[in-house]
Amino acid sequence: MQKENVANVANYLTYKGKHKGLLGWVLSTDHKRIGLLYLYSIMTMFSVGVLLGLAMKFELLAPGKTIMEAQTYNATFTVHGVIMIFMVVIPGLPAVFGNFLLPIMIGAKDVAFPKLNLLSWWLYVAGVFLVLSAVIFGKGAPDTGWTFYAPYSFKTGTNLLPAIFGAFILGFSSILTGLNFLVTIHRMRCPGMKWSKLPLFVWTLYGTAWIQLLATPVVGITLVLVALERMFGVGVFDPALGGDPILYQHLFWIYSHPAVYIMILPAMGAISEIIPTFSQKMIFGYKAIIASTMAIAFVGYLVWGHHMFTAGMSGTAQYYFSLLTFIVAIPSAIKVFNWISTMYKGSINVQTPLYWAVSFIFVFLIGGLSGLVLGSLAANVHLHDTAFVVAHFHYIVFGGTGFAFFAAAHYWFPKIYGRMYDKGWANAGWLIFFIGFLALYTPMFYLGIMGMPRRYYDYLDDFHGGNILSTFGSWIMVTGLVIIIINLIRSARKGPAAEINPWRGKTLEWTVSSPPSLENFDEIPVIAEDDGPYNYK
Amino acid sequence: MYSPEVTQASNFVQGVDTAFLVILGISFFFLIGLTAVMIYFIYRYNRKRNPVATQIHGSTKLEIIWTVVPFILTMVMFYYGWLGWKPMAKPPKDAMEVTVYGRMWNFSFEYENGKRTDTLYLPKDKPVKLNLVALDVLHSLYIPAFRVKQDMVPNKENNFMWFVPQRVGTYELYCAEYCGLQHSYMYSYVKVMEDSVFQSFIADTTKVVAADIDSPIATGKRVMQNIGCFACHSLDGTKLVGPSFKGIWGAEHTVVTGNETRKVTVDEEYIKQSIFDPNADVVEGFMKGLMVSYQGQLSEDDIANIIEYLKTVQ
Ligand code: HEC
Ligand code: HEM
Ligand SMILES: [Cu+2]
Ligand SMILES: [Cu+2]
Repeated sequence: MQKENVANVANYLTYKGKHKGLLGWVLSTDHKRIGLLYLYSIMTMFSVGVLLGLAMKFELLAPGKTIMEAQTYNATFTVHGVIMIFMVVIPGLPAVFGNFLLPIMIGAKDVAFPKLNLLSWWLYVAGVFLVLSAVIFGKGAPDTGWTFYAPYSFKTGTNLLPAIFGAFILGFSSILTGLNFLVTIHRMRCPGMKWSKLPLFVWTLYGTAWIQLLATPVVGITLVLVALERMFGVGVFDPALGGDPILYQHLFWIYSHPAVYIMILPAMGAISEIIPTFSQKMIFGYKAIIASTMAIAFVGYLVWGHHMFTAGMSGTAQYYFSLLTFIVAIPSAIKVFNWISTMYKGSINVQTPLYWAVSFIFVFLIGGLSGLVLGSLAANVHLHDTAFVVAHFHYIVFGGTGFAFFAAAHYWFPKIYGRMYDKGWANAGWLIFFIGFLALYTPMFYLGIMGMPRRYYDYLDDFHGGNILSTFGSWIMVTGLVIIIINLIRSARKGPAAEINPWRGKTLEWTVSSPPSLENFDEIPVIAEDDGPYNYK
Repeated sequence: MYSPEVTQASNFVQGVDTAFLVILGISFFFLIGLTAVMIYFIYRYNRKRNPVATQIHGSTKLEIIWTVVPFILTMVMFYYGWLGWKPMAKPPKDAMEVTVYGRMWNFSFEYENGKRTDTLYLPKDKPVKLNLVALDVLHSLYIPAFRVKQDMVPNKENNFMWFVPQRVGTYELYCAEYCGLQHSYMYSYVKVMEDSVFQSFIADTTKVVAADIDSPIATGKRVMQNIGCFACHSLDGTKLVGPSFKGIWGAEHTVVTGNETRKVTVDEEYIKQSIFDPNADVVEGFMKGLMVSYQGQLSEDDIANIIEYLKTVQ
């Protein structure tokens, strides 16, 4: 009986439109199909990035050459960084789960501009191929680090230009998605869906969209200037031509710091959905979470200088940036307190998504607290540009965004595919992944405190122990990852049919069929006065 | 490398470590506390034990408390960070000055009397101000044991760091800002010695210059080793960042001068120009701008010795 539910209803997966087969996907303007297109492309790039990460860890297993030359190593961390940042975590949750769920959560049939939405994905693909072309063709893969710092980015003989243009195009894709979401949230909410009734995931997408729209153009212009300088020697950043390399760093971080919040806000949104559902309890401090989301989105613009404490800014700028960095941490702390309070007196249903959500809070705390260490002027002097920083941002972006991504994937999986995954394997995968993650990155904190600089192909013997442990961790973690991904792929094709609302959630997506029909709703829902996203009784 | 034995190796260790430990302490408290609460809730309010949830919308009082308390704590953290950092910006007037040259991929240190070394030698308990000069790209001078780090930015004025070494010993000194191929090999050492030892060391300007018994060829090779030519040039024909020196003397090379490609024969004039003005003639197939001039860093004698040595590289 359950099986028929999947087969008979013409849902968005089985629907046949103008085009058939693959074309029916890559030319589809349906927000759900686009969400899945993003899911598959992002997971592909993520796998490539992971392989590069593993290769680096293997190289660092022992001092001296282990498997590759220094040039290869430098190119590897550059390409790894560019892939992970621009192709995985920046599009990440908004492009996949935002696309899939935003219209459903606000009771709409699609986003405001479906064709623009498809264009965003195509731009994403174009950007990916441009960057990859830099790796495959020309005089070797870029070796500048994902930050493209001047003036090394003008000195290197590697094939940098396509990578820069690729990042530029990926930026456009992100801007268009942001714009689309903004208009959708403003204009397409169903009757009765007041701002005060928006699910928190939608609120975080809203905050994120503003950052995408306002901050991304800055890095776009900066990258164009780098390209012009490399081609025609304009002389904005290159000191040899009278330019200022510190100016480059300012412009780069004016975008790239807020970009950290592009990565983390939607992750926080997903966690804010999962915890109430599995506690069967209304979210604690709905308004406080919204306020903290918006506070992060705006104060996040003002702290970029904390990446440059040792670059030699004026004293006033130093403590201004340090002070604001501490202040921007507070809204994140507020969120953590509210999540934990939501569990208080709940009726907690311990399932895979909750494991991910709770471990998210744990690694996010470590990432955030180590960020406070780096925000402190004195401690920063010692720890900046060491392995400590590498540990910190992997805890935040990988631990934060990555864990939330898997939490979201396990939470919405039954809705997306109309099938359920094997919970035993899912939990086992989570546990192995979690242990591996801690073993991989925790030693890097220690290595940084001991003084091992980052982006080091080789290191002195003193640092050997920590590196061995970290490399072992990477092997454990990838084992977990393989289990998780295989389990999900298998279940998407063969898993038992899922109910409409397996977790007893209260947001609108749990009222439509699993998988949703092409137009989501037969009739646009109307939200009653006493209804809301978390009104558990 | 940090290690408990070298605590107080410089005057900044205490300020930095205090700022670090204050935050670390508060962080551990919250990390352990919140994690424990979370696990307790999952256990206590598991749906087996607590089948019906109690709905609570929130609490303004709690929201205020957990906004204000973290605010106060972060301001305490900020304060200690600022306290430890403030003195780093103000070098004492009587500090001994050393100029540090950073280039791809080595450091060299020049003292007030003109003596140059590739290891930083310092007297104990005397404030020292390092004037940082980056010759090509960004570098960053980092001495973990002293808790100091400062980026070296090309053309930047007033680019300096200062500290007081407080313990005799040898400490690692790294480049912490990525600077290309051999970034991870761009490290050296700081040797802190008693003042009297340092004075006799610094007075002896011949120490690192070649001893008389050395032939010009051996001297040339040592000069090149010390200043780091072999980071970019191999002796065995391997192509590194720059062309190999194998068989260079008398060979005919194709170079690009401006927009024009021409052939030159490697002779004394050409080598000298390659070292003092490397970007005038750029060897075909290599990048312009990677090698920067050694004008002012190598003397005419050094060049003569280098040429003698290069003649022998077959
Ligand atoms: C940062 C890397 C780097 C360092 C360090 C470096 N060089 Fe070079 N060198 C290059 C590059 C790249 C070229 C080729 C481009 C050019 O001609 O400017 C080159 C070219 C040369 C040439 C011409 C070679 C030929 O085949 O015609 C000579 C001679 C030379 N270097 C000598 C030296 C000496 C002596 C030192 C040390 C004092 C040194 N280089 C340090 C990168 C470097
Ligand atoms: C299997 C998983 C991963 C492994 C093993 C891994 C490992 C590494 C290693 C060894 C480095 C180099 C550190 C250094 O240069 O000192 C690095 C850098 C980096 N990683 Fe990862 N990483 C992984 C996943 C991720 C993810 C998911 C992200 C997404 C945010 C990410 C983002 C970055 C970035 C931005 C850099 C900096 C690159 C640069 O220095 O230019 N990594 N990673
Ligand atoms: Cu930042
Ligand atoms: Cu370096």
